[in-house]
Amino acid sequence: MTDRSKKTTISRRTLLKGAAGVAGFAAGSGTLLSAPYVHAADAKVLRYLGTAVNEGDEISKKCLADTGIKIEYITATTDDVTKRVITQPNSFDVLDTEYFSLKKLVPSGNIFPLDARKIKEFDNITPVFTKGELPNGKKIGGQGTAPWKVLYLEGANSKTFSATPTEYVTLIPTVYNADTLGIRPDLIKRPISSWAELLNPEFKGKASILNIPSIGIMDAALVVEATGQYKYADKGNMTKAEIDLTMKVLTEAKKAGQFRAFWKDFNESVNLMASGETVIQSMWSPAVTKVRSMGIACTFQPLKEGYRSWASGFCVSKAVGGSPKLDWAYEFVNWYLSGWAGAYLNRQGYYSAVLSTAKANMTEDEWGYWMEGKPAKSDIKAPDGTLMEKAGAVRDGGSYDDRMGGVVCWNAVMDENDYMVRKWNEFIAA
Amino acid sequence: MAPAASGLRKIAVRSIAWLQAGPMMLVFALFFLLPLVLVVIVSVWDYNEYEMIPAFSFRGYTDTFEGCVANLPELCTILKTYLKTLKLCLLTWGLTLLIGFWVAYFLAFHVRSKTWQIVLSLLCTIPFWTSNVIRMIAWIPLLGRNGLVNQGLIGAGVVNKPVEWLLFSEFSVVLALVHLFTFFMVVPIFNSMIRIDKRLIEAAYDAGASGWQTLVNIIIPLAKPGIVIGSIFVITIVMGDFVTIGVMGGQQIASAGKIIESRLSALQFPAAAANAVILLGITVLIISALTRIVDVRKEL
Repeated sequence: MTDRSKKTTISRRTLLKGAAGVAGFAAGSGTLLSAPYVHAADAKVLRYLGTAVNEGDEISKKCLADTGIKIEYITATTDDVTKRVITQPNSFDVLDTEYFSLKKLVPSGNIFPLDARKIKEFDNITPVFTKGELPNGKKIGGQGTAPWKVLYLEGANSKTFSATPTEYVTLIPTVYNADTLGIRPDLIKRPISSWAELLNPEFKGKASILNIPSIGIMDAALVVEATGQYKYADKGNMTKAEIDLTMKVLTEAKKAGQFRAFWKDFNESVNLMASGETVIQSMWSPAVTKVRSMGIACTFQPLKEGYRSWASGFCVSKAVGGSPKLDWAYEFVNWYLSGWAGAYLNRQGYYSAVLSTAKANMTEDEWGYWMEGKPAKSDIKAPDGTLMEKAGAVRDGGSYDDRMGGVVCWNAVMDENDYMVRKWNEFIAA
Repeated sequence: MAPAASGLRKIAVRSIAWLQAGPMMLVFALFFLLPLVLVVIVSVWDYNEYEMIPAFSFRGYTDTFEGCVANLPELCTILKTYLKTLKLCLLTWGLTLLIGFWVAYFLAFHVRSKTWQIVLSLLCTIPFWTSNVIRMIAWIPLLGRNGLVNQGLIGAGVVNKPVEWLLFSEFSVVLALVHLFTFFMVVPIFNSMIRIDKRLIEAAYDAGASGWQTLVNIIIPLAKPGIVIGSIFVITIVMGDFVTIGVMGGQQIASAGKIIESRLSALQFPAAAANAVILLGITVLIISALTRIVDVRKEL
């Protein structure tokens, strides 16, 4: 039903636009032959490559209604997104990917940086991205591929990152979050406060981490530091010896039967937790929300050592440069940062890159719950309208400042990535 | 007829045969041989984080066999992985053969009417009406810590704590593989058995052979082509599998296919290709050993 009504509105819109265009043109030239031209100009389609995380049906519908740009989602896993950019740069227009992938993408020359001057809200983007600090000025951890290290390029066609701000932005930031462990408080029955608990023998056969090597090894590194075995210079860029050490700790735990399973995608992590196969594991915030919406207790547990963060943003394929699609891409990115989408993302538990516009699109209560760590005054609903939290609930990890301020490292691609992947295979085979 | 005319005729017959085989050969060359050659070529290229470098390098292979000599007597990753893959393959092959053989035997010799034979063999295909992945995932709620089997066992008082090895273990992997692939054994074996002349079995019975003797001396030898074809199906599928082993093993069990997949994920195409070549080589070795035992072409 809703679909049908939407379609009607769209066709009416198109019709009205068409009619107006025809009328205008007819007035000028006295012909009706312009109809096909108007129609063609209206079909603004952008092929949007990204992971399922940020690809909401609601977002594409709202975007079409607001800007007339039709978004065609191409959904892939993070790894496959990277693979596709490198092997088939002509198969997409807009790219939504994470900052850590840039170390692979930028040298390939397949992405086209966007011009910061054409992004209306660029100066309002949170300083988390531009300076590595919170809006209140507090510095945050920068280990790993922190966004501000790879945000700018030296020139339009440069393959080198610039340490100082330039006009050429690799990815216009859109969404980010701070990751930590998810736990089942009903099955653990005691407070958890450290990453070290992931390898605590108490949870033997009930723990899990991600089988995405570059992220899994960072979580392991956080555990190693938490247990006081070693302190890394940069958890997101280990030396070979550090990789060996980290994998040794993981391998010993695996041999001792610590892990129930590893997971690779969102749904696997939800199933492991919801079925009680695991009680403590690396987890993503919306996966925790999903478990909770199934009526099962699950906490996105803040830990004293801090969070591992990730961030993603938009750029376009090099094939788009110079075509009209580039203008639509700017229009789309500007729309995305203008507030509606930001509020939508904030309500899912992520953070929007431009806080001021998102705030303008949220109620005071919503903003208080999601961003300021205040107890919800009324029920908190998921974007689809289902009940997420009852009134009085407080968000895990508290306010934006507490959570983003607690970030110690960022998802990364290491210089020794090749070695790390081999060691990871060894760990799986152990 | 003059010898020249018969020669012409021969040429005509032969060229018709080539023409008939032509389309298949073309498809085979285009979609099998060519990609295979490309994989072999890429496997000796160099690579970095984001591209393949068309320069000769054995890096894909040397990286794969890293530590194989240095770590002795401990096995290196690749050998451990292959041993594990072979073990899973062998278990699956043995079980699918055992089950498949008896299912085929039942269909071929115990079911008298042709109609029922057809109906029952169609019944075997019912699981294939859903996708591979769904059939596999269906095991998870059954075998889990709080799954149906454990609930049943605890309810019946057989155990007082959930049995953990039911899921995310070699057991669950083999179970799922057997469940998925037994049918590939049933069909070729049934196909061989149904062509056994029933009079042979009657003759054996008349000559005083026991049921066991008939089975070993008549049925098994005559069903060999089916057994070999079924075995080739099962072995090639299991050797390359990484989805079933991944999902049912909780991503914790290494397999040859998994190494290729994780290399691809890390954009290390030449290393992935090198592993693919190694896997292909080993699978071809197994299959040629099998076909050496039975000349499938002669038996068909």
